[in-house]
Amino acid sequence: MTRQKRSHHRLKRAVAPYLYLSPSLLIIGLLMLLPMVTVIGYSFQNSAVLRRDPTFAGLKHYQAIFADPVFWASLWHTLYFTCMSVVFHMTIGMVFALMLNSDRINPTLRNILRVLYILPWLFTAVIIAVIWRLLLEPNGVVNSVLMQMGIIGSKVEWFSSPATALHAVTFANIWAGYPLFMVSLLAGLQGIPRDFYEAADIDGAKAYQKLIFITIPQLMPIIISISLLDFIWTMQVFPLIWITTGGGPIYSTEVLSTYTYKLAFSSYNLSQASASAVVILLISLGLTLLYIRYQKAR
Amino acid sequence: MMFRIQPAMLKIAAAAWLLGATGAMADTTLEFTQWWEPELPAGSLRAIMNDFEAANPGIKVTLVSGPYATTRDQISVGAATGTLSDVVGLDGAWVNNLNAQNALADMNPMMDASGFDKTQVADIIKVDGKAVMFPVASFVYPVFVNMDLAAQAGVTKLPSTRAEFLEAAKKMTHADKNQYGWVLPLSLQTPSGVQNDLMSWVWASGQSMMADGKPALEGKPVVDMLTFVKSLNDAGVISPGIATKTEQEKVEEFVNDRVGMMIDSLAHVNLIRERNPKLNFDLIPVPVVENYNGKRGLPYASWGIGISAASKHQEEAWKLVQYLMSEKVNAKLVSLANAFPGNVNAKPDFVTSDKAFAKAFEIYKTGYLANEFTGLPVAEDLMTKFDVEAQKMLAGEQSPEQAAANAQKGWMAKF
Repeated sequence: MTRQKRSHHRLKRAVAPYLYLSPSLLIIGLLMLLPMVTVIGYSFQNSAVLRRDPTFAGLKHYQAIFADPVFWASLWHTLYFTCMSVVFHMTIGMVFALMLNSDRINPTLRNILRVLYILPWLFTAVIIAVIWRLLLEPNGVVNSVLMQMGIIGSKVEWFSSPATALHAVTFANIWAGYPLFMVSLLAGLQGIPRDFYEAADIDGAKAYQKLIFITIPQLMPIIISISLLDFIWTMQVFPLIWITTGGGPIYSTEVLSTYTYKLAFSSYNLSQASASAVVILLISLGLTLLYIRYQKAR
Repeated sequence: MMFRIQPAMLKIAAAAWLLGATGAMADTTLEFTQWWEPELPAGSLRAIMNDFEAANPGIKVTLVSGPYATTRDQISVGAATGTLSDVVGLDGAWVNNLNAQNALADMNPMMDASGFDKTQVADIIKVDGKAVMFPVASFVYPVFVNMDLAAQAGVTKLPSTRAEFLEAAKKMTHADKNQYGWVLPLSLQTPSGVQNDLMSWVWASGQSMMADGKPALEGKPVVDMLTFVKSLNDAGVISPGIATKTEQEKVEEFVNDRVGMMIDSLAHVNLIRERNPKLNFDLIPVPVVENYNGKRGLPYASWGIGISAASKHQEEAWKLVQYLMSEKVNAKLVSLANAFPGNVNAKPDFVTSDKAFAKAFEIYKTGYLANEFTGLPVAEDLMTKFDVEAQKMLAGEQSPEQAAANAQKGWMAKF
């Protein structure tokens, strides 16, 4: 084989993997990178999208959103909404998974509960929002039941009062999202070897000790992975909040996603909306890197 | 067998091609983007376009139709990229932004050149002196009154002033039965309640929220309106859940006998009848301040029309606009839409055939169309800002004067 032929062959071998990857790379580039880069570009332009000749704005739009108290309120609400959701998703998911995994419950009842508990997962965000709007409206079922039980003395405007609105939307989101944890943890529970529990029984361990020293440590990889993913997804929730409260009353349920939407489609300030979207992107990116590092460490 | 092309056949084919080609070249195709077609009976807008094409040989119209929100986004992008359709359906809330982008043509020269009679149109929306939009069809917002609830409450005379409205609302309210006098939707998701349910009180009394083209929210008209709404809220006559209530929920509550009165679009008359055929309701104009005897401003939303500044067929586009604004065609279109005409001489057929519409038409004829958000910059954003301040006031966080002052500050930043 001549030197020229050898070098040609080497080049072909080097290029081949990239050729195989090229369709995927092209799709990722077009559908993910291009929009992302475009939005980042918009955040540094004046009158992005709305003008054919936008000018360079530097960091002006970032300064504007960081100087806006509503942005910081939105960030705080996003963190509250996300943290509470993740913690309760995990807690409820764990309780229900343990219940469904328990031998003490009748198998028929267990199957019925399995279907009931997973129901919220089957509904779209719009349906969930409509259900909870109807249930929590001042003349709705929840107020009626609570008043009959003597828990509240008068009708509570759950979504319309600044004091309760954020808790109400968080509650609706908790209800909608726990099945992910439940299903994942149930799968994890079924994978824990029974020998561990038998050994614990021989040692005279109590139920809570088995939970703390066997079950939870065994489930920890799933708990951390799902928590991180849930944190990323919950931070970006939009339709549930938009349909139930629209970010109100006043700004009490304004989160980063509704704040960005209003900038874009109510104020037509697409440059600032892009800057806000980039902030969300950076937070999500940070969490994603954390997730990837955790996965690699495993 | 050999197939031989005869010279005569070739000549005929060539002549046919030439005829077709020249015909195609002579035709101008106008693109007309709007959200009206899906809201009208199937095929009816296309039929009107067919009539236009028959009356104007050489002009074809392609309808680009979609839901309202999609059309709004499409028009925003079209204006930015210079690809706006020749003729566009417009909402008054959009025109300021579109004009700032130089996307809309000034129809003044077209009107002058064609000798268009300006007195025949109900309104011409102008921005910076440019005539950018005609309201083709208007959906007015009177007060709907549940006559059964009014009779049960002993309201024999329907309210004409704000004080009478408060009294009537108090009588109709029975919170223990989930029944209230009035409903106010101030959801931030769709802040149009500010325009339809709050500012309508100002315009009804011939007042204004503007002064010399600038916001005047701290003036007496707006502060008085806020004080009045606060008094309704303090009296407990407004259906609860104001801050998240949407227009659809407002209508649902009215349909289900849960509120006595609501300010709503006339376009909902048929919907209300469908949802509750037994509902006995009447229409009245929005009540006014004491001792006001002048003409009443009637809030409205409209299907507007304008021409793209980038259109290469502005002459033909103007023909289409003229056609839709002409007396007969306008009457036909608004009859299909259950709306009031953009041409003052047009009389929609439902006015004679339906009592409720006849009453509304009387209200319309004796008043004037009023919507000061039309042509304002980022109108929806202004409504959101006012909405937030009104919500704070109703939550007891600030007085009407403070709400007006804070809203004024927020609005001035946008002018």
